[in-house]
Amino acid sequence: MQSILYWLESSAQRMPHKVAVADPDATLTYAELQDQARRIGSWLIANGVRPRTAVALYAEKSPLVLAAMLGVVYAGGFHCVIDVRQPKARVHGICEALQPTLVLTDAANASCANELFGHTSLLVARIEDLPDVIDEPALAAVRTQAMDVDPLYVNFTSGSTGVPKGVVVSHRSVIDFIPTFVSTFGITDKDVLANQAPFDFDVSVKDIYACLLVGATLRIVPRAYFSNPTQLMDYVCDCEATTLVWAVSALCFVSIMGGLDYRVPHGLKRVLFSGEVMPPKQLAIWQDHLPQTSFVNLYGPTEITCNCTYFCIDRRYDAHETIPMGKPFANKQVFLLDDHDQLVPQTVTDVVGEVCVSGTCLALGYLGDAQRTAQAFVQNPLNRRWMEPIYRTGDLARYDKDANLVFCARKDHQIKHLGQRIELGDIESAAQGVDGVERAVCLYDDRRKRLVLCYVGSPERTAVKERLRELLPSYMVPNNTRKLEQLPLTKNGKVDRDALMVIARIKR
Amino acid sequence: MDITLDDVIEMLEDIQEDVDYRSCTTLIDDHVLDSFDILAIVSAADDEFDVTIPAKDIVPGNFNSAQALCALINRLADED
Repeated sequence: MQSILYWLESSAQRMPHKVAVADPDATLTYAELQDQARRIGSWLIANGVRPRTAVALYAEKSPLVLAAMLGVVYAGGFHCVIDVRQPKARVHGICEALQPTLVLTDAANASCANELFGHTSLLVARIEDLPDVIDEPALAAVRTQAMDVDPLYVNFTSGSTGVPKGVVVSHRSVIDFIPTFVSTFGITDKDVLANQAPFDFDVSVKDIYACLLVGATLRIVPRAYFSNPTQLMDYVCDCEATTLVWAVSALCFVSIMGGLDYRVPHGLKRVLFSGEVMPPKQLAIWQDHLPQTSFVNLYGPTEITCNCTYFCIDRRYDAHETIPMGKPFANKQVFLLDDHDQLVPQTVTDVVGEVCVSGTCLALGYLGDAQRTAQAFVQNPLNRRWMEPIYRTGDLARYDKDANLVFCARKDHQIKHLGQRIELGDIESAAQGVDGVERAVCLYDDRRKRLVLCYVGSPERTAVKERLRELLPSYMVPNNTRKLEQLPLTKNGKVDRDALMVIARIKR
Repeated sequence: MDITLDDVIEMLEDIQEDVDYRSCTTLIDDHVLDSFDILAIVSAADDEFDVTIPAKDIVPGNFNSAQALCALINRLADED
């Protein structure tokens, strides 16, 4: 099997009239989704998309956008969904790295897309306007060239130097992971997955491709519902969702906002979460309301295709405990290397090491960035006999007494804030780009979930913040900014982040 | 317990600074505060004032201004 399209086609053949994907405004059956994707793919081929080239999708998630993503795959290309809420400068940075052949958008975002890309040579097309023609010979010709190592999608994440990193993932990695994911948790065609994650996040890869593989139904939850807990809970209950594969922050949104006191989705068989460490107090609220539901903690960065370990929650956890990351999924190795690149044995519980991953799940690297790819994807130092790339996650963990991995900290200044992976250096680099700012350091108040920017320079706080809003996605704009006369330094002349934490009144 | 407007503004400034909380009456409608800010407000109300804001009260009208939020928090505090 070379292409994920086989899953779509197989489900469309088995159950053409079953709902494949729906949101409150539109519904596509499997037959319709396949037809739309082939129609869009045909047009893309006719308009210059070649195998292994990128197509940008500038739109909010919807059934039609899913059809367009699959249409890109029919054309042999790979897709990259661009978050429409990002500021202009960020979108341009992504497009520079992506070098898309063209941009697809929808009616709702067309004027914004034209404004953004109008001055470039890029063709911008509205998905709704594409002709209703399927070019079978063209689609077949592309298909014969398909390889399983072809890229399927690119997702951009924050980069420490201020340039977003595009993680390129192949069909092969998805073909490797999704069947394991589906069988591990028993997902079948009877299931309804309520999709929370935006399509530019790899959490959505599990929703989308698990559904296509087994012929389940994907119910897209509109982003706006996450500001309104009653509307959200009504939707999840009324669409009879059986499965949530959600970011921790989204589950916390429901529990903190009292969503479960309002209405309980009793049909939920499983709730899988990832992205951050789940606070036991919030998980307990879910467990109290849904005693029959299984809860699973998933772990893994985008670079290893969704997740590499999982832990089925077996009991209640106290507030001070950490829910383990668990053990590896089938067909991947997840292990810890200590400071000297030596393997930490699973029986040793008091040594912290860096989480390293090897297997088919490894991404193809960072798009157009050989240097950063070479830093993160390296030869396994434990293997001197054949080529075995591993991904060094930068996450530090240890084993518990049952040989489950337990997350400890980050090696660098990457944080998770509101479910988003952020390099603090990315924010610092944007702040240092503001006229008059000499030096900027960004801190994270983990307890109160706030980004705090400290800087030295002439501009006033409001001016710095205003400029940052033009440069950074809203979740990366600091909650608090502090103008300082000088930054505290260590004996070695580096910024003393610990001293700065005290100045910024951040308690650990 | 009486929670003053100043208390509520202090809490809001900690969540999102540089907003004119005294006069703005469209905090949600004009996207000054987003869903994550609402989440932070609900958490902060619990932490600082020991007031739980139930799902049914999480509607734009209660969050559009510091005054409306202050009234909500005081009403919920009295109900407890």
